[in-house]
Amino acid sequence: MSILGTRVLRTEDPAFLTTGGVYTDDIVDERLAGACHVFFVRSPVAHARIRSIDVSAALRAPGVVAAFTGADLADLPLLAPPMAGMINEGMSQPLLARDAVRFVGEPVAVVITDDPYQGEDAAELVDADYDPLPPVIDMAEAAADGGPVVLFPDAGTNVAASFGDAAGLKADLFDGCDAVVTRVIVNQRVAPAPMETRATAAVWADDGRLTAWIPNQGAQGTRGALAAMLGIDPAAVRIITPDVGGAFGAKFGADPEHAVVCWVAQRLGRPARWAETRNENLVAMTHGRAQQQTVTIGGRRDGTVSAYRLEILQDAGAYPRFGAFLPALTILMAPGPYAFGRAEAVGRSVVTNTTPVGAYRGAGRPEATAAVERAIDLFAAEIGMDPAEVRRKNLLPAFTEPHTTAFGAVYDSGDYATALEKALTAAGYQDLRDDQAKRRAAGDVVQLGVGLSCYVEITGPGMEAGGPRENATVEVHPDGRATILTGTSPHGQGHATVWAMLASDELGIPVDMITVKWGDTDLIPEGGGTGGSRSLQQGGAAVQQASRELIEVARQRAASALEANPADLVFDPGRGAFAVTGDPEAAVPLAQLAHAERLVVRTVFTAPGPTFPFGAHVAVVEVDTETGKVVLRRMITVDDAGTVINPLLAEGQRHGGIAQGAAQAFLEEFLYDADGNPLTASFADYPFLSATEVPSFELADMATPTSYNPLGAKGIGEAGTIGATPAVQNAIIDALAHLGVRHIDMPASPQRVWRALRSASGAAAAGSNESEDA
Amino acid sequence: MIPAPFEYAAADSAEHALELLATFGDDAKLLAGGHSLLPMMKLRLAYPSALIDIGHLRELAGIRADGDELVIGATTCHADIADSELVRSQAPLLAHAAAQVGDPQIRHRGTIGGSLAHADPAADLPMALVALGGSVEIIGPDGTRTATADAFFTGFLETSLEPGELLSAVRVPSTPGVGWGYQKFVRRANDWAIVGVAATGGRIALANMGPVPIRARAAEQALADGASPAEAAGLAAEGTAPTEDIHADRTYRQHLARVLTRRALEHQAG
Amino acid sequence: MQVQLTVNGQARSDDVEPRLLLVHYLRERCGLRAANVGCDTTSCGACTVLLNGRSVKSCTVLAVQAAGQQVVTAEGLAADGLLHPVQQAFQQEHGLQCGFCTPGMVMAAVGLLAENPHPTEAEVREGLEGNFCRCTGYHNIVRAVLAAADAAATEATA
Repeated sequence: MSILGTRVLRTEDPAFLTTGGVYTDDIVDERLAGACHVFFVRSPVAHARIRSIDVSAALRAPGVVAAFTGADLADLPLLAPPMAGMINEGMSQPLLARDAVRFVGEPVAVVITDDPYQGEDAAELVDADYDPLPPVIDMAEAAADGGPVVLFPDAGTNVAASFGDAAGLKADLFDGCDAVVTRVIVNQRVAPAPMETRATAAVWADDGRLTAWIPNQGAQGTRGALAAMLGIDPAAVRIITPDVGGAFGAKFGADPEHAVVCWVAQRLGRPARWAETRNENLVAMTHGRAQQQTVTIGGRRDGTVSAYRLEILQDAGAYPRFGAFLPALTILMAPGPYAFGRAEAVGRSVVTNTTPVGAYRGAGRPEATAAVERAIDLFAAEIGMDPAEVRRKNLLPAFTEPHTTAFGAVYDSGDYATALEKALTAAGYQDLRDDQAKRRAAGDVVQLGVGLSCYVEITGPGMEAGGPRENATVEVHPDGRATILTGTSPHGQGHATVWAMLASDELGIPVDMITVKWGDTDLIPEGGGTGGSRSLQQGGAAVQQASRELIEVARQRAASALEANPADLVFDPGRGAFAVTGDPEAAVPLAQLAHAERLVVRTVFTAPGPTFPFGAHVAVVEVDTETGKVVLRRMITVDDAGTVINPLLAEGQRHGGIAQGAAQAFLEEFLYDADGNPLTASFADYPFLSATEVPSFELADMATPTSYNPLGAKGIGEAGTIGATPAVQNAIIDALAHLGVRHIDMPASPQRVWRALRSASGAAAAGSNESEDA
Repeated sequence: MIPAPFEYAAADSAEHALELLATFGDDAKLLAGGHSLLPMMKLRLAYPSALIDIGHLRELAGIRADGDELVIGATTCHADIADSELVRSQAPLLAHAAAQVGDPQIRHRGTIGGSLAHADPAADLPMALVALGGSVEIIGPDGTRTATADAFFTGFLETSLEPGELLSAVRVPSTPGVGWGYQKFVRRANDWAIVGVAATGGRIALANMGPVPIRARAAEQALADGASPAEAAGLAAEGTAPTEDIHADRTYRQHLARVLTRRALEHQAG
Repeated sequence: MQVQLTVNGQARSDDVEPRLLLVHYLRERCGLRAANVGCDTTSCGACTVLLNGRSVKSCTVLAVQAAGQQVVTAEGLAADGLLHPVQQAFQQEHGLQCGFCTPGMVMAAVGLLAENPHPTEAEVREGLEGNFCRCTGYHNIVRAVLAAADAAATEATA
C-alpha cells in the first residue's frame, strides 16, 4: 500500500506546536553574539527631493553605535529592475534614498543601536528635511502622456514596461457581435502581509564571506540578489533560511533593506540584525495586484463569445520590481479556459509614488482570471443568460494532449466543463437559484448572490535560470535513516513531510526517519525555490527521481554483496532490502549498502514545461441591501491540480488560497490619499481577514493527471486564490443584479455596495438599466 | 512598536494613586488594563512621563448592586462585565456592549474605567453609558464627584476628568426587563464601529457619528411623541456631522445611523 | 526595577525597564520564543499567552504589570513530552502551515475552551477573532479547536 495519496500528518508540527518555529528573529547563534540592531528611518512623504538628513542628534542618543544615509552607500550598486531588458533600467532604486524619495516608507537612513529597545528612540531623532514634489498616485495619471509628474526625469516617462502590441489591436475585433460590453475594472492593490514580517541577521567572517539569515522563498535567488546589491561575488555569500512565517510571493530574492543590514555588519565589523515592524511591512514590503483593466467582450445572443480584449494598466509602484512584469503573465492567461473566437491583450506598467508592487499569490494570473470572469458575467447580464450557461457554451472541450492557445500558452491537460459541473452540483446550484428567486420575489432586505468562476492557471513556469527544473539529493545512511537536500524552499507548504513521503515510498524508510534540508546555499548551491506553485511537480519529482536512481546505484552494490546478477534482484520497500528473486533469504538491507561507501544520489528533474491546473468555484453571499454589508456564506470549489500526494496538505493549500482570494473580493485594499500617504498602514486599518469573515469551505475533488512528471502532479498553491476572487465578486454583483447593478469594483466594501445600489435605483428612476458604483 | 521610556509606580490604594498623580504631575497617566493607552504609546502617539498602575487594586474592581443602580469598579475588565450575572440581568445592554469590545484577549485586559476615560467615540462602552444614562464617580484631591454620561464626554478623546483625578466607578440604572437594542456596524469582527447605535428606555446613543457618543435627540423626541421606530429612526442623523474615513463618507454614515437606529429600536432584547 | 512572576510554573525575578513588553520579556529574558510579534496594533494575536489562566496579548502587557502573576506560554503546555490535547488536535487537523501564528492561536484556543468547553463553530470563529492567520484560511484551525473540545468531552465522559 503506497503512502502516496494518504493523509500523512506533518513531521514539522511537533516542534512548531511546542517550542515554536525558529524564525529569523528567533535565531540564537554564537556567530551573532554581540549583534547590533538596525532601525530604518523612512520617508514620510510620497515624492520629494532630500534637502538634508541630520543624524547628529541620533548619534548622541543612548546606545547608538552609528547612523548612515544614502551618501554612505554611494559606492554600492542600485537595485535594478528585474527581467533585464524588459523593464526600463533608468528606474533603479538606491538602497538608501540619495537625492529623492519616491514613496512613503522609502528607506532614507539607518540608525544602529546596541539594544533593540533603543532603536526607535534614536530613529525619532534623525532630522530629515525634504523639498516636496507633486506626487502622482493614480496610475492612469502617471500613464498619461505629457503628465506633469515624472518620477525619473532622466527616463523621461513613467512607463516602465510595455507588453503586447498596442498598435496592433484590431478596430474590427467585435464586428458582427450581437452584443458588446466594455468596462474599466479595478484589480486593486493589496498587501501580502505574511504573519512574519521581514528580517535579517548578518555577520561577515574574517575571510570576507558573508553569512546572512533571511526569510526567503529561495536561498539561491536571495544570495544572487543580495550579492548584486552589495557588488560582490555570490560565492562570497552564504544564505541560511530559518523557518519562514509565510511569504506569498513577497519574500523572493532580496530587498534593499536586507542588503543595507548586511552592509552595516561589514562596515561596523559586528553582526547586525533587523526585525521589521508590521507598520513598516505594510508600506515597504512589495504590494500585490494593482491593475486597472479595460475588458471588452462581444458575442452572439446564443451565448457564444466571439471576441475578447483585455487592456491592462499595471501600477508598478515607485521602483519597478516583479510587479512591472505581471502584465506579461496576465496576457499569457488572458483567455483562461475559454475557446474565444478572437482575443487580444496588451499591457503597460507605470511607476507611481507608491509602494513598489511585486508578486503576490498568483502573480498576474488571478488578474487574468478576474478580468475574464467579470467579462463573462457582464456579457451574460447583457444578453440575459445564466452565467453558468454562458460558461458552458464557451469552455474549451476536454483535452488530454497539450493545447496551445493563441497567446502561446501550452495547456497540458484540462477538463474545464467537468470541473464546472462538479462545482455546480456540489453547490446545489439550482436550489440556490430557487432560494434567490424567492428572496427577490419577497423583496427581502438580505439578498442571496451566487457567483461563479472557471479558471486555468500556469504553474511551474520555469522563470528561473535553466527553465523548469529542480535538483534533489537523497542519501541513505548506514543507520537506516535518510537525508534529502532540496532546491525548493517551503514556508508552510510541508515539503519536509511530502518529500519524505516520496522518498519513503521508493526506499521503504519510514517518513519520520527521513530528514529534509533546504535553504542553506553552502549545502545546496542551486535551486529554484518555492513560488509559482512549482515545488511538487519539479522538486517533488526530483526527490522521487533521485530515490529511484539511488535504488539503482544500490542494486549494483547489492549484486556484488549477494554475488548475484543485478537483473535477478528485487527491491522490496516493505522490507527495505534487496533479495534474489525466488530466494528471499538471500537478501541485503538497503542501509547496509551504505556502510562501505556513501550511498547518495543527486539528480535534476527537468519538466517539459509548465503545467496548467484548473477548476471552478461557486461563491454564495448574502448582501444586506440596506447597509451594503456582504457576508460570505459558502465557498464551493473544484481545484484540479492533478495527482494529490498528500490530501491533507493539498486541502490546506486550497483553504489558504481561497481565503486570500475571497478577502480581495470583499475586504482587503491598500489605500493612499491624494498626497500618497498610506491610509491602511497597520493591521487595525488594513482589513486583514479574521476567522469570523469566512465560512468553512467545501472542497470537491477532481484530479486530472499531467503527463509532464511521473507524479502526475500540477501546482496547487495559488489555485484557490485565483478561483475565489472572481467567484466572490461575481456573487456580490449577482445578489443585486435584479436591482440593476452590473458591476461593483473590488473590494465590495459596504459603502461601495450601497453606492452601487443607490446608483442603480437612481438610474432605474431615470429609466436606464445600467448602473455603476458612484 | 515600543513606547518611549517612562517612569512606573504601582499604587497600593486609590488614595495612593492620587498622591502619585500629584507627585508625577500632568504628564503622568493612570494604567489599568492599558488596552487603550499602551497601543497609543506603542505607536508613539502618546508620551506620558510616568504610568501609575492601578490595575491590581481590588478596591477599584468589582460589581455590586446599590439600590436601583449597579456600581462597577473602574478596573473591572470587559470580560468580567460581559460574564456577570448581575449585569446581564440588571443592565443587559452594558453586558452586551462589553462583550463587543475588540476580541477575547482584549476583553481580558481592557477595563471599563480605562475605556471611558479614553473616550473614543467609536467605542462600545462610552456609547453604552450614554444610552443607559449612567454616570461615573471621580475621586480627586478635592474629594469625590459624579459626572453624568451626557456631561462626561467633552470632545474627541476628551473627558471632564481634570489632571490629578481618577475615575473610580461607573454607575448604571438597574433596568431588568426593559427592552434594549444594540447595533454595531463593522467590516471585521474586532473592528471599532463604523457606526454604532445603542437604544434603551427612550434613549438612543450613536457611536462614531461625532467627536463624542451622541444622543439622537430628534429621534428620541419623535419616539416620545409616539412615532414608530421606523419614523423615529429617520431622524437619527439629524444634527450630526460625522467624520469621513476610509470606511464611510458623511452621507453613508448618516444613512447607517438611520438604518441601525431603526434596527436597534425594532429588534429589542429583554 | 525588579519584577517577580511565574512563567510556566517557574518563579522568576528579573530587573526590567518599565516599558519592557511582556512578549519581549518572555522571548529575550526567558528564552521562550514561541510567542511572536506580528503587528503593532494589538490586532494579530501571535503573541497570545495565558495570564492567570486568561488569554492576553502579551505585546500589550508590560512585564511589570504581570508582577506576582502566572504566565503560561505554548512551551508550557505539553507535559512529560506529550502534546497538550489542543496541540495534538492542531497537528491532527493540519491547523498550521508556516507556524508563525500557531503558538498564539493555540493559547487563544486553550483560553477559549477553558471558558467555553463546548463551543459551536460560530463561537470558535468569534473566539479566535483576535488571532490572524494568513496561511490556513482558518478552516482547519476551527476543526482543530472543535476536535480538541470533542476530545475533552469524550475524555470527560470516559
